[in-house]
This record gives sequence, C-alpha cells and structure tokens, in this order.
Amino acid sequence: MGNFQLKINQFVEIVMHQGGMNQILEGLKNTVIIAVSGLIIGIIIGILIATVRVVPKYKLLPRILNGFCTFYVSLFRGTPMVVQLLVFYYVLLPIIGVKLTGVQVSILVFGLNSGAYISEMMRAGIQSVDPGQMEAGRAVGLSFATTMRMIVIPQAIKNILPTLGNEFIQLIKETSVVSFVGASDLYVAFNYIGSNSYEFMVPYLAMAIIYIVLVLLITLGIRIMEKQLRKSDKRN
Amino acid sequence: MLDVIDLKKNFDDQTVLDGINIHINKGDIVVVTGPSGSGKSTFLRCLNCMEDPDGGQIIFNGVDIADMKVDINVHRRHMGMVFQHFNLFNNKTVLQNISLAPIYVRTKDKNDKTPKKEIIAEENVKALELLERIGLQDKAGMYPVTLSGGQKQRVAIVRALAMNPDMILFDEPTSALDPEMVGEVLDLMKELAKEGMTMVIVTHEMGFAKEVANRVIFIDEGIIKEDAPPKEFFENPKDPRLKEFLSKVLM
Ligand SMILES: Nc1ncnc2c1ncn2[C@@H]1O[C@H](COP(=O)(O)OP(=O)(O)OP(=O)(O)O)[C@@H](O)[C@H]1O
Ligand SMILES: [Mg+2]
Repeated sequence: MGNFQLKINQFVEIVMHQGGMNQILEGLKNTVIIAVSGLIIGIIIGILIATVRVVPKYKLLPRILNGFCTFYVSLFRGTPMVVQLLVFYYVLLPIIGVKLTGVQVSILVFGLNSGAYISEMMRAGIQSVDPGQMEAGRAVGLSFATTMRMIVIPQAIKNILPTLGNEFIQLIKETSVVSFVGASDLYVAFNYIGSNSYEFMVPYLAMAIIYIVLVLLITLGIRIMEKQLRKSDKRN
Repeated sequence: MLDVIDLKKNFDDQTVLDGINIHINKGDIVVVTGPSGSGKSTFLRCLNCMEDPDGGQIIFNGVDIADMKVDINVHRRHMGMVFQHFNLFNNKTVLQNISLAPIYVRTKDKNDKTPKKEIIAEENVKALELLERIGLQDKAGMYPVTLSGGQKQRVAIVRALAMNPDMILFDEPTSALDPEMVGEVLDLMKELAKEGMTMVIVTHEMGFAKEVANRVIFIDEGIIKEDAPPKEFFENPKDPRLKEFLSKVLM
C-alpha cells in the first residue's frame, strides 16, 4: 500500500508543480467543448433531417432531400467515429484544401455524427406527438414549418429528452478518441502525466473518475431540465 | 360567403365525396348529419383544405381555395376550426393557445407597423377578454392538461374566435365530452350563433340542430341528399335514406 501512496504523491507532484493541472484543464475544456458543440450541431441537423422525413412527400423536392438524408444517416451510423475523424482529418479536408485544428475537426465530425443519431430520435419524437397538434396549428393558418417549430418540435424534444441526454453522455465518452486527430483531450492530459512518471495506474484512475463525475453531472442536469419541461404535464 | 361546387374526394380507390354542391350564406348555421363513415368529417375538412379536394371548387370570399396555387394559410385564418378532441397546443399556456396565432400573423404582416411588444400586449389583452367571456380568466397561465374537457373545448372555440374568422367549422365538438360538459359547449356555440357567426357543424346533437340551425343537411353516398330548414328536415324529410336515418337517431 505504501507503494500506492508513493504513486499518488508522484501524481500530485506532477499535477501541481509540473504543468499537469494545465493539461488536465485543457483536456477537460476540449472534451466539454467538443461534446457540447457536437450536441448542439447534432440537434440542429437532427431536427432538420427529422423534419424532412416527416414532410408529406407528394412533391419532388422533399423526395430528393429525403433520399439524401437517408444516405447521410446510414453513412454516419454505419461507420465508427474514429474512422470518420481520420477520414475527415487526413482525407477529406486535405482534398478540399481546408485546414482545421484537431478540435475543430472533432467538433465538425461529432456534430455530423450525432446529427445522424439524433435525427432518428427526433423522428420518433415527432411521431409521438399527437397529429391533432399539427392540425390545430394548420387550422389557425400557421404553415407546416411554423407549426413544426412552435408546437410540434418543442413537444418532440420534451418526449426524447432522456434519449438526448444519453446521446450527450455518449458524446462525452467518445471524445476519448479525438487524440487520433491531434486534439488534446483528457486522455492526452493523463497520458502526459503518466509518461512523465512512467506510472499510469493513478493517472488513468483519475481520468476514469473525471469521466464518471462528468457523466453524473450531466445526468443530474438532465433530471432538472426534465422537471422544468414536465411543468406542462402537471396540474398546478 | 362559401360556395362549394362539385366537390370530390377519394381515399385511395374509395370515393368519399362524389360531387357536393352547397352555397353557404353569411350567418348560416348549417348542421351536417349523415350515417357514420358517410364523409361528414371529410366534407368539413375539405372546406378549409385540411384535406385537399380531388375535384371541384371551394369559393371562399371570392377565391377558389381548392386551387393549389393559393396560399391556403392566409385563407384558413378567416375560417376557424374546432375539433372533436380539442387539440389545444399542449406546450402552450391557455392564454398562449389563444394569442399565439394572432401574434404570429400580425408580427409577420408587413402592413402592421405596430412594434412586436405592443402586438403581444394587445393580443394578450384580447385573449384575456376572450377567456373572461367564457369565465376561465383564472386559467390563463395554466397548461391545457389542467382543464376539463368542456373547458378545453371552450378554449378551443375562443382560440378560433381570436382570429376574427368569417366562419367556424365544428367537427363533433361535443362527442368527446362527458355528458355533463356538453351543455356548456353548446351554450357557447348558441351564443356565437346569436351574434351572427357563420357556422358549419357536424354533430349528433339533434336537439341543438332543431333549436339553433337554420339549415340541416344530410350527406349520404357522397352527396348532399337533403338540405332543408330544421323543421322541414325533421318533420317532413323527402329522401328515403334520410327517413330511415332519422328513424334510427330520433328513437
Ligand atoms: N385519411 C384517410 N385515409 C383513408 N381513408 C379515410 C381517411 N379519412 C377518412 N377515410 C374514410 O373515408 C370515409 C369517410 O370518413 P369520414 O371520417 O369523413 O366519415 P364521417 O361521416 O365523419 O364518419 P363519423 O360519423 O364516424 O365521424 C370512411 O370510410 C373513412 O374510412
Ligand atoms: Mg367524423
């Protein structure tokens, strides 16, 4: 056990006095930025795709858009996130001649990837809203898009909030692969600390704890939000 | 006000409406009857193009709204609709249910130069007045789930009124209500009728039809088989299928 105490001391020393703390904070910051931005982009893309999917399809344009969305969703759901990161960073962006940092690419890929997943959740959410809500909106003279935006989608989001929370947790966890494209996340930080002391037990344990705490915090946040949104379900 | 000319509607290979013709005047209270599945709801929903007609014309205030080229949203604002299951916006408060569409329409209207804040304030005042009218002003900030069925339907009716429509369509407005709540909704509808609102009402409330309507129509086999003032409709029906229908519903 004395050995373990020694390892902890070594870890604390690097964190406090050899730049470890900065690394951790930087990693934490990137992890959160990538996951949050990815989620926001994902929600926007998800809403757009889901809307295209539920639009009545008599006309040509919705059909073409729908075909494109199907392709997009199956592409991003059918390949691992790491592969998407690598392809964007080392293949697509160089080809089109755009230079992005590792974090920027990660945000882009996380957004596109979660957009594909969220679109499916959102479609289920929209379909779970009583069609009478759309009818009532149309009957007072609101357009399909306006009724979607003001009436149907808010209710759909409320319905899928737990799944959306899971998606966010998924994104937080998946940030652990962004070092593949050179973004400094928590893994990079703790790996740095480990490499400096040739000792990985405590750093990786600390990393695990940080992930767990992050996930617990998010879970708590979602609970609170759900409670707020459930107001319209309760008699008050 | 509303001229329906040779209205046709099919679902897949089933012909539901097969040439409906009716002229509705300002102030008319038209009650629509007919056997179950005869197309009463379909007829009503074609009037504001919630269902797109497959043939014929619906001339509303001089415009054929069945024409796919017109902006249907503009015309629907002048034709309210009340549903069997109320369909209040669940994510909006009672007050917002009423003021949402008027606020939206006015803020998008380029001729209405009123600042948005004032529009919201004005429309909320109007909505509150409408709520006072039905005695539900204390529910303004609550969500629809907290209301009884009768209260929901009355809010739905004033939601339609808030747009100052030229006419209101009702599809079985009391069918989903507990019996003790039917009265309050019918009373409100009677009030509107007295004020001269043009109304088209699908209902099984024959007492209401006799008392309030000035015309009762019978839809059967895709057409209007009878269109008469209530007295004549109930006491001296001409169509044999209507006679049979009345003998069933008036038992
Ligand atoms: N969206 C739809 N798709 C396919 N068929 C439909 C649709 N809506 C209605 N129908 C069919 O059209 C016919 C007329 O339906 P409608 O609802 O207009 O009748 P109704 O007179 O209102 O009946 P009820 O008294 O039961 O309300 C029925 O046979 C129904 O099954
Ligand atoms: Mg019906």
